[in-house]
Amino acid sequence: MNELINGKNIAISYDGKKILSGVNFTLNKGEVLCIIGENGSGKTSLVKSILGMKKLSEGAFTGISDISRIGYLAQKDEIQKDFPAKVKEVVLSGRLNDLGYRPFYRKKDKEIALENIKKLGIEAIMNKSFNEISGGQRQRVLIARALCATGEILILDEPEASLDPVVTKSLFSLIKEIKNDNNIGIVIVSHNLNTSLDIADKVLHLKAFGEDEHFFGNLIDYKDSPLAKGFMGGEI
Amino acid sequence: MIDIIKEILSQPFMVRALIVGVLLAICSSFLGVSLILKRYSMIGDGLSHVGFGSLAIATAMNWAPISVSIPVVVISAFFLLRISENSKIKGDAAIAMISVVSLAGGVMIISISTGINTDVCNYMFGSILGMTKSDLHLTIILSIAIMVAYILLYNRIFAVTLDETFTKATGNRASLYNSTIAIMTAIIIVLGMRMMGAMLVSSLIVMPSLTAMRVCKSFKTVIINAVVISVSCVLIGIFISYTMATPTGASIVICNFAMFIFYHIISRLRLIKK
Ligand SMILES: Nc1ncnc2c1ncn2[C@@H]1O[C@H](COP(=O)(O)OP(=O)(O)OP(=O)(O)O)[C@@H](O)[C@H]1O
Ligand SMILES: [Mg+2]
Repeated sequence: MNELINGKNIAISYDGKKILSGVNFTLNKGEVLCIIGENGSGKTSLVKSILGMKKLSEGAFTGISDISRIGYLAQKDEIQKDFPAKVKEVVLSGRLNDLGYRPFYRKKDKEIALENIKKLGIEAIMNKSFNEISGGQRQRVLIARALCATGEILILDEPEASLDPVVTKSLFSLIKEIKNDNNIGIVIVSHNLNTSLDIADKVLHLKAFGEDEHFFGNLIDYKDSPLAKGFMGGEI
Repeated sequence: MIDIIKEILSQPFMVRALIVGVLLAICSSFLGVSLILKRYSMIGDGLSHVGFGSLAIATAMNWAPISVSIPVVVISAFFLLRISENSKIKGDAAIAMISVVSLAGGVMIISISTGINTDVCNYMFGSILGMTKSDLHLTIILSIAIMVAYILLYNRIFAVTLDETFTKATGNRASLYNSTIAIMTAIIIVLGMRMMGAMLVSSLIVMPSLTAMRVCKSFKTVIINAVVISVSCVLIGIFISYTMATPTGASIVICNFAMFIFYHIISRLRLIKK
């Protein structure tokens, strides 16, 4: 089966107050789904509900076959500022969900971690302490960790945050590459429409509760929709 | 000096104290980093007060103090963990309240049953005298179990300490690992209470790691350094306690503080050199 996630009539609320409702979308293998929308429209909340960290008030997800193999980059990480860990320890910790009942990482896990370190171009700092690298380097380390945790699904919440334009560009071409050779499904939340729509197959445009309808569909259809024209100010 | 050491080693109760001290120093250093970085230090402190309360009740009722306290404190650990997960700020206040109530309750019970005497002082600030053979056996078994469990769970504990949200989001059982950390902490606190005293036992967990974190940059080196620091402070502390007849727990805490200052100066010097 190709379907990885199927969200039907999703609604989310905080403290009884709805922030999102009537969201329908699917993610298939080999697809990139781009979630866009204004600040506060509920993108992060939706992503958290996919991961089971936020309860749905209505609707359900089906098809999330193996919850344990999702790689995730949070919009805001909660890692303590002075946490004593090396960059490579942090990246390797992404392999935890593939550990099963084994206590220690195998050689293969370390190789995968190293591979992802190389993909993100952070070999030079891999023995540095996680608390003495720059914001953009930190983001790349966390993306590498997310890749380590990825089985069939990769979810990135604003991956381009604090990355410079060159790295952002190479990140998106990396994502495209990953999609092509691994046959996995990728969800990206992004405000950087030029780059992210470049690699998207499907688009989910969220509108806050009580506003217009959401859009979900293929990229080509999205570009023709009035929603897109309003959101991007006729950029494309 | 050598004569005193020989004298110490010739006395069975001192040998027991040394073995217990070293084992507890190792176990508690393992957990220290996680407790500090997950902001669970308050839980450690709260547990030691709960431990004091249950110790007081057990003594008044003539029950075996440690065997009663371990289950009580382990259950409290779960409870305190839930409280602090639910809300960080109010959680701290709630834990503080549980601490003082257990402490007050314990003191009340002791005053009514035996009266405040040196025994109580020992409970609160630690003594090398109280270690019985069965205490020793229990400590050896449980601390070796904790060490083995910690090493086997090392990668999981690292992940949940680093980033609980990510650990949970990617499909790992983060709350199970948190509970494991809490249980291990509870056991160490009860075992250490005799020697360190209820008021001071949480310092055995927190201080060496805090000291090691001044200088070390990776998780493993922090733990290894904390073990070395903690074991040496326990040995020196016991020595001081024996020769000067001071409470053991207090002596060990003072050694730890001296070590902290020393590491702090080293980290400053390093900064200047750079
Ligand atoms: N923990 C929370 N408690 C209460 N309300 C929340 C909470 N988290 C988010 N919200 C509300 O839910 C709505 C959606 O938030 P969310 O973070 O999902 O938006 P977003 O689309 O990711 O925004 P951004 O582009 O700024 O990241 C907002 O109105 C916000 O105020
Ligand atoms: Mg967001």
